[in-house]
Amino acid sequence: MLGYIARRLIWMLLVLWGVMTITFFVARVIPADPVGAILGPQAPPEAIERERERLGLNRPIYVQYIRYIFDLLRGDLGISLRTRRPVLQDIAQFFPATAELALSAFLIGVVLGISVGVVSAVYPGRVIDHASRVFAIVGLSMPAFWLGLLLLLGFYYKLGWLPGPGQLPYWMPRPPRVTGFLFVDALLAHDWSALTSYLKHLVMPAFTLGWISTASIARITRASMLEVLREEYIKTARMKGLKESGVVMKHAFKNALLPIITVVGIRLASLLEGAVLTETVFAWPGLGRYATHSFLSIDFNAVVGVAIFTAFLYAFCNLAVDLLYAYLNPKIRYV
Amino acid sequence: MRGLTWKDIVKHLFRNPLSLVGIVIILGLCVLALLAPYIAPHDPYATDPINKLQPPSKRNPMGTDGLGRDVWSRVLYGTRISLWIAFLILIISGTLGTIIGIISAYFGGFWDNVLMRITDVFMAFPQLILAMAVAAALGPSLTNVVLAISFGAWTIFARLARSRAIAIVQEDFVEAARACGAGHLRLLFVHILPLALSPVIVQGTLSMGGIILTAAGLGFLGFGAQPPSPEWGLMVSEGRNFMPHAWWVSTFPGLAIMITVLGFNLLGDGIRDILDPRMR
Repeated sequence: MLGYIARRLIWMLLVLWGVMTITFFVARVIPADPVGAILGPQAPPEAIERERERLGLNRPIYVQYIRYIFDLLRGDLGISLRTRRPVLQDIAQFFPATAELALSAFLIGVVLGISVGVVSAVYPGRVIDHASRVFAIVGLSMPAFWLGLLLLLGFYYKLGWLPGPGQLPYWMPRPPRVTGFLFVDALLAHDWSALTSYLKHLVMPAFTLGWISTASIARITRASMLEVLREEYIKTARMKGLKESGVVMKHAFKNALLPIITVVGIRLASLLEGAVLTETVFAWPGLGRYATHSFLSIDFNAVVGVAIFTAFLYAFCNLAVDLLYAYLNPKIRYV
Repeated sequence: MRGLTWKDIVKHLFRNPLSLVGIVIILGLCVLALLAPYIAPHDPYATDPINKLQPPSKRNPMGTDGLGRDVWSRVLYGTRISLWIAFLILIISGTLGTIIGIISAYFGGFWDNVLMRITDVFMAFPQLILAMAVAAALGPSLTNVVLAISFGAWTIFARLARSRAIAIVQEDFVEAARACGAGHLRLLFVHILPLALSPVIVQGTLSMGGIILTAAGLGFLGFGAQPPSPEWGLMVSEGRNFMPHAWWVSTFPGLAIMITVLGFNLLGDGIRDILDPRMR
């Protein structure tokens, strides 16, 4: 197991190095004119020359590359051209909102997805099975940003049941920032009105983001459960007179878990992607919105920073899934 | 496709009601896209400020947007954009991926390792973020959306083509062709490529929905088509500000995206069911 973990870690480091290289390529090599993007088209030639020198762009590309890698290894992502602050500081400020959103969406996706999948596998071919399959495929086909807008239209503008975009109403003071996670900060400050308001604000974005995961988790759960329920030992368990609920949950579900975990892991990582769109719709002050704004204003340091940060998170999610997988499935442990 | 011919697949597809619905949706959209100039009641770019934000009516079946343009005509023209873009992305990333995949399998050893590790690195990025970064670096436009999405979408095709080609490379007919004096290029593109294509084509159908969603997402965020293009994602974004009192401006283009993606997902599901009997 240790050997496997070590190999997997080394592999991850190599991938991350590759990620840094591709990001360098995208940010420094593709754009014909990064300085033009910073200074604008009317900048005088001397200013352009000075800026090129300041950024080190007049050096050979391999020198730039080495400097870039060393900066990254020191955790220096540079200064954002848009916010004029270190990119790392920006990421630290905006990430908690995304993390809270993504985790709530993840919970919704896992709980709803697994229950829908199990139910439709237990009653294959019945109305509830067909309904949930249709639900899954429609869910996978829906653009998240559009779903978000429809929810806003219905529950905020028309019915008024839920609050609109943002995390808190504009008149409500934010609890003092301790961890950056609004949920935790509100708890620490015993600010119950902010907490309930925040949770209400969280419902629609979390549901929008969780919806897509629900669909794909439900689908894999159904397939995996159907396969396991056909096995002989399930028949044996039934013949022993065990309760059907026990057979389904203890004997079948546990063995159906492996493929489900893979999909769940992929979904967790791809929530980051969905967060970009969801945050834009709900004016959620997270990393996704920061990414959109900085990318649109061609803020190269921020582009690099966000791309690498998300790729790191992605890599860690994949690592966690692989390790969990190896732990749960002894067959692949030493491969 | 063990033991299945293309004929079997088509036969199965037409027997499955859901994939039949998918096929009908896709064909219908293609017809709409082709006939858009003839069936659109209005010019998709013609503004009419006096009649702006009109609700759906006989004259404007999907209402008008903030500049008085007919939403239905714009959605119709948008079909062309979305299908065309998705098609281009598929061709570019499919070609690139297949070539990388068969080269990797053909040469094997060191080059196989290098190419597959590069593929892994590209897979380590969230697709949308990578596409956003490339689109930002190149500047927002429809052409760049195609490049940006293709930049990350080829990986799955490379893997599939490689796994198929590894088996083909060991076949006797490849050895025979080599003995007859065929060079690397000829072996790769005349003998191996045609046989490695089928998994790529199948995966292409499966990927189509996701590609359309990503492209629409980029349009929505502002990385894709620029106004006044009737690109669906951009239209949803333009309608956002009118959402409370003019729901139709955003709702219909979004619905069009959903129906298109649904069509491809239904077809893809049908194909997957045929290839993987466990899912049946």
